[in-house]
Amino acid sequence: MSLLSVRDLNVTFPSEAGDVLAVRGISFDLERGRTMALVGESGSGKSVTSLAIMGLHPDLVTISGSITLDGEELLGKSDAEMSKIRGNRIAMVFQDPLSALTPVYPVGNQIVETILIHNPGTTKRDAWNRAVELLTIVGIPDAAERARAFPFEFSGGMRQRVMIAMAMANQPDIIIADEPTTALDVTIQAQVLEVLQRAQAETGAAMILITHDLGVVAGYADEVTVMYAGRPVEQGTIGDVFYHPAMPYTIGLLGTVPRLDHKSGDPLPMLEGNPPDVVHLPPGCPFVPRCPMAAPQCEQVEPELTAVGEGHTAACVRLSDVVGRAHTEIFRPPPLERTSLAAVPRADRDTVLELAGLHKHFPLLKGALYRRQVGVVKAVDGIDLDVKVGETLGLVGESGSGKSTTLLEILELLKPQRGRIMVLGRDTAALTKAERRAMRKDVQVVFQDPMAAVDPRMPVFDIIAEPLQEFGWKKAEVEARVFELLGLVGLRPEHADRFPQHFSGGQRQRIGIARALALSPSVLVLDEPVSALDVSIQAGVINLLEALQHKLHLSYVIVAHDLAVIRHISDRVAVMYLGSIVEIGDVNTVYDTPVHPYTQALISAIPIPDPDVERARQRIVLEGDLPSPSDPPTGCKFSSRCPKLALLAPAQQVQCQAEAPALEQIGEGDHQAACHFAEVLKVF
Amino acid sequence: MSGYIIRRVLNYVVLLFIACSFAYLLASSFLNPYSVYFGRQPPVDPDVIENIMRGCNLSHEVSLWERYTTWLTKIFTEWDWGCSPLRVSVNEQIGVRMWVSLRLVLIGTLGGVIVGVLVGAWTATRQYRVSDRVYTGLSLLVICTPSFVLGIVLQILAIKANDAMGVRFFEFVGEKGVVGDYPLAELVDRLQHLLLPTIVLVLLTAASLSRIQRNLMLDSLGADYVRTARAKGLPKSQAVMKHALRTALIPTGTYVAFTVATMFTGATYTERVFSFPGMGQYAVQTILAMDVNGIAATTAFAGVCVVCGAILSDIVVAILDPRVRLG
Ligand SMILES: Nc1ncnc2c1ncn2[C@@H]1O[C@H](COP(=O)(O)OP(=O)(O)OP(=O)(O)O)[C@@H](O)[C@H]1O
Ligand code: SF4
Ligand code: SF4
Ligand SMILES: [Mg+2]
Repeated sequence: MSLLSVRDLNVTFPSEAGDVLAVRGISFDLERGRTMALVGESGSGKSVTSLAIMGLHPDLVTISGSITLDGEELLGKSDAEMSKIRGNRIAMVFQDPLSALTPVYPVGNQIVETILIHNPGTTKRDAWNRAVELLTIVGIPDAAERARAFPFEFSGGMRQRVMIAMAMANQPDIIIADEPTTALDVTIQAQVLEVLQRAQAETGAAMILITHDLGVVAGYADEVTVMYAGRPVEQGTIGDVFYHPAMPYTIGLLGTVPRLDHKSGDPLPMLEGNPPDVVHLPPGCPFVPRCPMAAPQCEQVEPELTAVGEGHTAACVRLSDVVGRAHTEIFRPPPLERTSLAAVPRADRDTVLELAGLHKHFPLLKGALYRRQVGVVKAVDGIDLDVKVGETLGLVGESGSGKSTTLLEILELLKPQRGRIMVLGRDTAALTKAERRAMRKDVQVVFQDPMAAVDPRMPVFDIIAEPLQEFGWKKAEVEARVFELLGLVGLRPEHADRFPQHFSGGQRQRIGIARALALSPSVLVLDEPVSALDVSIQAGVINLLEALQHKLHLSYVIVAHDLAVIRHISDRVAVMYLGSIVEIGDVNTVYDTPVHPYTQALISAIPIPDPDVERARQRIVLEGDLPSPSDPPTGCKFSSRCPKLALLAPAQQVQCQAEAPALEQIGEGDHQAACHFAEVLKVF
Repeated sequence: MSGYIIRRVLNYVVLLFIACSFAYLLASSFLNPYSVYFGRQPPVDPDVIENIMRGCNLSHEVSLWERYTTWLTKIFTEWDWGCSPLRVSVNEQIGVRMWVSLRLVLIGTLGGVIVGVLVGAWTATRQYRVSDRVYTGLSLLVICTPSFVLGIVLQILAIKANDAMGVRFFEFVGEKGVVGDYPLAELVDRLQHLLLPTIVLVLLTAASLSRIQRNLMLDSLGADYVRTARAKGLPKSQAVMKHALRTALIPTGTYVAFTVATMFTGATYTERVFSFPGMGQYAVQTILAMDVNGIAATTAFAGVCVVCGAILSDIVVAILDPRVRLG
């Protein structure tokens, strides 16, 4: 008998528009100590499934099927009965650690509460000691002390550790983790995943891991269930699903993610379109509108899961035609017209943007009731870089490393506090007001959610036309230009009259790009342009950005936390740590032969969506959080977390802590790093 | 921290001083205290009136500036807030009325807060059910009804009830009445008089507070940490009480602390309807009675209440919210 057995689970929400069929017939078995990953696009029913297992749906939700824990049926149990199971036999870790802990109680008390609910015989003191012990296990330093702290006194990664400690508290049989690391930095993600694994080993629990990150799945799951529009569409072991995917959606999903470990230079295969609305589902396979293999027979009845191999099932009526095809045969990457510039070596190209010794310091204010300055935050602390025409520079680093501040400084086109910003060969400090205004045309920006900054009552036409009107374009010219731009970003002319809320994330991002391109800029600054998008949508936007670059000879400065995206899209990459660049150079050189310990740790923290590669990797897990930028360590700023430091001779350690390393040329090519003991380390 | 509080209190004191001075100067220039003696039968001799006015520092023959400085000096040296044109001492009036208001307001608002918070929290957990809709309707009805209408309706109901019972159980005029001669008779009499105005205040406070609390509670019911609490194994009711309500009380705390303090002068209508000799009633009376000193003193009193409310709500928030206490 399986530990957890789910059979034909259906979850339906009533809504004004009709019933939302959020989950439609999922079945699976979970054995002790095993990990099953639940993957699928946003809205595919992953969270709804997990909440149904926990019995946390409100009463008006209709749930049918069967969920048994050790043979005991859970559906139909009262709230009181389920309360005995929740937190005791099945525990859950939620996505957002910032809001998942009650703000007004110390974290220790919240863990104690978990223990006492299920063990009424335990004394408070014992429960407290156990809480401290749990906090120690999950890696909270000074646990006895920190247990008295409130959630707001912890960083996101630390809070997630507390959540995991809470989930472990009663030695559960099953831990459900719903996007446990999505809100965290990659370095912190690596720490938290390690802790989660430790928790699983410690308790012997089975785990349901919900994540959109296929790399995480590749590293941790034993089995995979892929969901689409509330249905499981493929189930199997990790090897089956990653190496022999049979359902076109799975194939598409795996094929569209850029890889961290190599750069193809070609456009990404695309899985265009959006998942269907689960309120009014047409008959037939819900994937038809997006499936390149769709045929008339697909539209008749919804395919059932059928066996593809031992323990491997997929729901597709054309399995025999699909299996065995390479994914690029199914999802063809769009053609890319390369620019003539590609042949020009970097050194011979014009420089469009240059930063020299750029500084941006903020006063650090303290006190909730009245504020006084207690220090300076060195958000950007002397960086140099240049961007050539038609080139993309990626900026990476943990949150708080100064990436966005750097972008904002570029965008302002003002005289910086210290240092110099040159745009198209002109120093921004020397510009007159009118010149600065004119220069704004040349430097435009795309945000993570570009529609957040515009009036939602404006139709798309007005959104794109706004910058043109601001610069005094004539009405007829504006109209022609807007339609030209719509075409350029792959939107249709009839989209012009619609409102932003009628568009999907990917389309909104296209609108944002069209608006940014309106005035024909030479430099486009992009702040996390694809991080809010599902992986399938992301590929389309990335391809668009690449195509536009080749067509318009644009230069990009792009910030993204996804290092695989950066590798795919960038020509050069700069790694930032506490306001400084620690390594910069050609993207392939930096990724394949990183020499700075921070770069090595950062790349090593990113999981690769390939189970064999991922499981064979040695991971460098960084200790602790980013230090406060107002009080960086002396000497090398990375010295407080540098994994290499401990391996050095004492005299060398002193050098690290006393002397700040400067950027120095590494090897022959385009590669610089700021480390006294720079040395190549393979991270794949 | 203490330095901060001292500075803040000093700020308030300065503001209070300015506000009271304004009130005094405005009232002195626009009101005519002489008029309370006009049209009397037999007519009062103008010299006598002038003497009275001089005695009360209200004479229009003395320059405004001089009256103002005299007023200030008396307050700061003798804590004497002056007297009305009819020579009633402001200190005495406020000294008595303050406590009358205190009893009424404290019991009324605290009762209202408890009822309001509970009803608000409870209706939030029953969102869109019949009970929620019924309470929503009732509270909106109370909010829309002017307080004097509410008072008068209660009085009418009380008369009916008294008639039906044949005893005068409900009292609705004044603060005390005929006292019987059994033990604790005086207390019983006071309570009887307090009952109806208190009910009005409770209803008013509870009605609006329950709406606020319901919305706050709805926010925190949907919060992730309540889901976490349930996932830990707390039954719904406990998760709601220990996690949702506790957090949703933080904004209420500020609101209540402020309301209690400002209610001293805010229960005007209720006090008038029930002829309750409290501060609210006094505030209206001073204006009608051309009582310049009384007006300035009530302004000061109201100001002190607001300051206390602000400080009180800071303290309450600091107690309820660790983020403020430690952040
Ligand atoms: N409380 C609710 N009321 C109505 N519909 C809901 C509710 N919760 C979820 N849904 C719907 O159920 C479907 C599945 O949602 P679910 O949250 O399980 O998706 P998910 O796979 O977890 O997505 P994500 O990756 O964004 O977390 C969606 O269409 C969603 O809009
Ligand atoms: S059933 Fe048809 S539409 Fe659905 S995945 Fe298979 S081939 Fe594509
Ligand atoms: S200089 Fe020293 S501390 Fe800094 S990164 Fe290099 S080895 Fe580490
Ligand atoms: Mg989800």
